[in-house]
Order: sequence, then C-alpha cells, then structure tokens
Amino acid sequence: MHFLKLVLRNALRHKLRTGLTVLGLVVAILSFGLLQTVVDAWYAGAAGAAPTRLVTRNAISLVFPLPLSYRDRIRAVDGVRAVSYGNWFGGIYQEPKNFFPQFAIDAATYFDLFREYRIPDEEFAAFLRDRKGAIVGRKLADTYGFRVGDNVPIRGTIYAGNWEFTVRAIYDGAEPKTDTSQFFFHWDYLNETLKQRSRARADQVGIYFVDIIDADRAAEVSQAIDALFRNSLAETLTETEKAFQIGFVKQTEAIVIAIRLVSYVVILIILAVMANTMAMTARERLSEYATLKALGFSPGYVARLIFGESIAIAVIGAGIGIALTFPVAEWFAAQMGTLFPVFAVSRETIALQVGCAVAVGIAAALVPGRRAARVRIVDGLRAIG
Amino acid sequence: MKIPLAYSLRNLWTRKLTTALTAGGMALVVFVYAAVLMLDAGLRQTLVSTGRDDNIVVTRRSAGTEIQSAVERQQAAIVESQPEIALRAGGAPLVSKETVVLIAQPKRDTGVPTNVTVRGIGAEGLALRPQVRVISGRLFRPGSTEIVVGKGVYDRFEGVGLGERLRFGGREWTVVGVFDGGGSAFDSELWGDGEQMMQSFRRNAFSSVIARLGDPGAFDALKARLEADPRLTVDVKRERAFYEEQSAALSNFISYLGLTLSVIFSIGAMIGAMITMYAAVANRTGEIGTLRALGFRRGAVLAAFLAEALFLGLVGWVVGLAFASLMQLVQISTLNWQSFAELAFRFTLTPKIVLQSLAFALAMALAGGVLPALRAARLKIVDALRAA
Repeated sequence: MHFLKLVLRNALRHKLRTGLTVLGLVVAILSFGLLQTVVDAWYAGAAGAAPTRLVTRNAISLVFPLPLSYRDRIRAVDGVRAVSYGNWFGGIYQEPKNFFPQFAIDAATYFDLFREYRIPDEEFAAFLRDRKGAIVGRKLADTYGFRVGDNVPIRGTIYAGNWEFTVRAIYDGAEPKTDTSQFFFHWDYLNETLKQRSRARADQVGIYFVDIIDADRAAEVSQAIDALFRNSLAETLTETEKAFQIGFVKQTEAIVIAIRLVSYVVILIILAVMANTMAMTARERLSEYATLKALGFSPGYVARLIFGESIAIAVIGAGIGIALTFPVAEWFAAQMGTLFPVFAVSRETIALQVGCAVAVGIAAALVPGRRAARVRIVDGLRAIG
Repeated sequence: MKIPLAYSLRNLWTRKLTTALTAGGMALVVFVYAAVLMLDAGLRQTLVSTGRDDNIVVTRRSAGTEIQSAVERQQAAIVESQPEIALRAGGAPLVSKETVVLIAQPKRDTGVPTNVTVRGIGAEGLALRPQVRVISGRLFRPGSTEIVVGKGVYDRFEGVGLGERLRFGGREWTVVGVFDGGGSAFDSELWGDGEQMMQSFRRNAFSSVIARLGDPGAFDALKARLEADPRLTVDVKRERAFYEEQSAALSNFISYLGLTLSVIFSIGAMIGAMITMYAAVANRTGEIGTLRALGFRRGAVLAAFLAEALFLGLVGWVVGLAFASLMQLVQISTLNWQSFAELAFRFTLTPKIVLQSLAFALAMALAGGVLPALRAARLKIVDALRAA
C-alpha cells in the first residue's frame, strides 16, 4: 500500500509534466485505436460473409458479364440450394462524392439468400409491387435522409441515363457487422430498360450468388460450377463470398499495410515522449534514490518505484484514451457516412491499446530504472539535477 | 543584447538523451508528414506524365472511366473527322480508337489475382504517346494476338514474361515485348491490337477515342461542338485532366488521411517538446536569473529558449526527412477505386515537400517551445536567483 502511495505521489510531483505526458498518451492511444478500427472496417465485408454463399463471376474479370441462361444451369448443380443474381450499377447520386453501392438484384430470390438484411414484411411487399422500387440500408437512409416513399434519382455511369427510384423499404442489419449502406433495386427494371435502349446488353448478369447446402462442400461445388462453363464464351470463376470480398481488400492492401504501420508510429512517438519524461524524472531524483538506498532499500525497490510510476502514467493515459475511443469512433463513423459501412471498435483493438500502453510504460522506464538501481550511493548523493 | 546561439545549442548537447528523444519524436512525425506528401506527389507525377495537354480523350457521357465507357463505331468516326484533329504526313488523322478492359492476373509476390488494365490500341496509339517505348522484345504486329506488357506489370505480375501466353477473351495472347511508359500509368497496362480485342470480347463499341489536337488552343471549340452534337453522347476531356480525375479519389484519400494523421501525431511531438523545454527552464532558473542580472533583457531570454526549441525541430526535420527520402526506393501499387485497376507509383521527393516539412517541423517546435520560453522570460530576477 505504501509503495503504491509513494508511486502516485511521485507521479503527481510535477503536475504539469505528468499532465502533458498523460495528454500525449491519450492522443496516441486514441489515434492508434481509430486507425486499427479503420483497418478492421476495411475487412468488414469479408467478416460479414456467410460460409454457405458462393459468388460466381466471369473468369476474365468483374467487368465482363455472364448470360442469364447460366442461372438454371447453376441451380441444377448438386449441392446448390438456391441461386440469385445481381448487377453492380455504379451510379452517382447527385455528386460523385456521394458514394454508396447500388445493386440491381433479382427481387424474388436475393433476400432469401441474404437473410441478414431484415426488412419489415409490408415494406417488402410494397417493394415487390413497385417495379421502380428500391430497398435502402438503415445507415444509407440516415446519411442522406431517405424515407419510405422518397424519390431518388441516380445518374448511371455503366448504364447511361438518369434513373428514378422510389424508396419502398429500409432494411436493418441482423448483426452490428452487417453492411447497411447499400441500395438495392429490381434487376428486371434494369433489364427491361436495357432491352429498349441497347438490346445487346440485356439479359446479362454481373454476378451470381449461390447458396449451398453444406459449407464443407464449397470447394467441390465451386469446381462443379466452373466445369460446366469451361471453354464456353463466358467462363466462370466461383469462390466463397469471403474469398471474393478479401480479393477486393487484397488489391488495396498497400494502403491497409501503410495504415497499420503508421498506427505503430504513433506508439513510437509517444514512447519517445514518455521515455523522455521518465529520464528527466529519474535524473532529478537521483539523490533521493541514493538516500533510499542509504536507508537500506534494495536497488530492486528503487527500480520498481520508477517502473511503477511509468506504468501508472501509461495506464491512466491509456484508460482515458480507450474511454474516448468509443465516442470519437461514433462521431467519425457519422462523418464518414457510407464510406465505411461498418465502423465498430473491436475487442482486439482495445486489447492492443492496453498492450501498447503497458509496453510503452515498461520500455520508457528501462534506462532510467537501470540507472537508478545501479547508481552508487556516494555519486547519487552528490548528483544535482 | 542577444544571448549567443552557442548557449542554446550547448544546453541541448548537455542533455543528450532528452534531446535525442524529443527530436526523435519529432523526426517520426516529420517522416509521416513527408512520406504522405511524397506519396501524393508521386501519384500526381505518374498521372501528369500519363496525359498530354494536346491530346483529348472522348468517352461516353458521364462514364467517368474508360472501363465504363462505350463509343459506337459511327460516333468514333464522327470524332475522327473533326477539323481540329492533327493529321499525319500521309493525311491520316492522329487518332487511336481503343478498347479497354480489365483482366485478373496473379501478382508475383502474393499470388493474389489483381485487376490489370488491357488496352487495345489503334495504329496511331503509340504515336499519340511519345513517352512509351519498347525496352525489350518488340511491338505486337497489328492484326495479331500478340501483346506487349508495361514495365510495372512485367515486374509485379506472374505469367507475363516474354514468350508466355495469357488466356482471356477465349484466345491465347503471346507476350512479345516489354515497354517503358516513362513512369506513367501506362506502365501498369498491357497493350495489344484494338480490333483484335474488339472481336475476341465480342464488342461493337470502343471504350474511348484518343486524338491529338493540331492546335491545343482549339480544345474549347471542339469540346463545345462535340458535346452539343445530337448524334453523339460523349464527354470530351484533355488527356491530362482525364487522368487527374481518374485518381482524384485516391489522391484525396491519401492527402486527407495523411494530413489528419500528421496533425494528430504532431500533438504528441509538441507535448514532447513542451515537457523538455519546461524542464530546461525549471532546471536553469538560477541561470536565467543570472543572465537577467547581467543585463540581458526578457526578449533575449525568450529568443534563447525559442532558439533551443527550434533547433530541436530542426534536428527532427533533418532526421525525419533523411528517412523519408529513403522511401523513394519503394514502389507502391494499389487498386485505384475509380479505374478499378492496379496503379503503381513511387514516393517522390520534391523541393516543395522539403520546404513544407521544414515549416511543419519548425511550427511544431515553436508551438511546443513558446509557453516554456514565455515562462523563462517572465521570471523575476530576484525570484530566479533565489531559486538557485
């Protein structure tokens, strides 16, 4: 008890210095937490993928479509429970910076596969009745103030022209990690408009979503589907939804790695600040430590005093930093709107924050602790700050 | 009278560990700040060297990228016959009607399939881009299923060596050469014959039409006429502006994220400088009193402590920038969200970044040092001398 009291009293001797150090730690731990959360958000699509869903697309790349006729052939493959399909629409709502994903989907089957999207029954029925209807995610609706019944004009980039949609339903996620920033509308609406405007592009599907009965057979079913279309005009590539999502993330991996590295740089910066604080503190008190030793306290006790003070400061700073992470992350997510569909502070992030804080506390006390433990009583008593 | 600069410098030298730690913290912030600016500069340089001001890019209206665009043959022919477009010696217009698609090809280091741009060019495609030259092998023969690969793709992807065959669009394509795009975005592309690609992808529309202007000043008139032409639904852009738009999102992302981080991180370094300088003032109260008693004015004491702080910033800048300049050896490749294809670029150090990071480091040091220096300057002579 006395030891703890002494440590805390010591920490509070230079209130300004300790206060500044704690402030620095708060900033560092907070920004570290936010950066880790940004990285998590990057992988959120993959984390939300169901193990029983496969994605079939054109083997050349995503910009090439597949014929609609593949739907029935895929459904006939052994192990397949259901098939749905959709096209990436890639339109612009008012301005290019208002980015959110829009998909033309087969209304009858899509939400049967993606059960994590919770839609009120009567709203869903209204969506089915309205050919120009759309279903939007809760987060998207909140960002742009969409309400049921609103008209949403979207300018097509892949499918030229201005498209009008009416919001008929708003979906919620079954889990916090469910992406509720998407915009879905009838594939039939897209297809019939294309039939009138550019016949050649009609009856083409961007990707097929395949629901399989047994997740363990994913590889086998994928191969069976791809084998069906080998050497055809449009060869397919089938993979699990998770692999498909990770494929996207992997392509921007350089940025993810950079963010990860940078998040550790802030820890290094605060380590330098903290080590400086401890080094100055220990130097000023060298004669006190010598006095303690002269009174009979062991070198280990003196070192523990310094380590204790360092860790105490680090833990206080980290505690405030972690506590602030949640409201700041919430604010940040609100500012970013639909850019990060899922932005939640994970348990691992908090564990890493605690770990880094303790590591900084220990590392900062290494040199001063050693010096204080080793100083000869005579030299220590003679020392002046 | 001024206090000699040597007084400030020697004070830093006496507390080597503290000086090193404080300057080290600042160096890390300068490193992050400079690296971000270098990345953005590298990206911009890549795109500036990709586009020329006297070339125009014609795409379908509001397509944004060549991948999403489609220009019908008749439309391309109308564009081609405009009087503003430069002619070759033989009288043929300097126009390349191009087909741009993406293929997924595994990367060499990770094996991850990554989107690569494949560009089918017309006969004048090379003449329109003088920065591109073949560095090994030869150019593809027109009308054949041969392709040449950009240097960046050649270095980073599997299966694109000379003589290797790529399979896409129901055909096999033989790699016959490697070209150097002079640091442009073309380095991240594969080039082949446009008409052959149209056939194998079963397309009837080009992705874009690239043309050279006879007089770069005629751009506005041409743009106005083409965009108003009822037979066409196209956007006309200068090539350089087109490529700048292609990476605007990536560039914004890098600079916003980087600058936000630099500012947040700099709080840490400023606190470090503040702690160091407050300690310096506290430890030297007696000295300050003596200096004042000797006749040095408050302003001189203030200047001496500010100089000390600024010098910390200067050391941080030198070290941080030195490490950042090493980053020039690193090449970054990532997916460009807009064109949806891989783009490679380098960290590029420009004189502007050197100055910007210097200003940033000094501002950081000043912000950290000003309060402690004011405290030093405000000390009363008697109190200060008594404290010693």
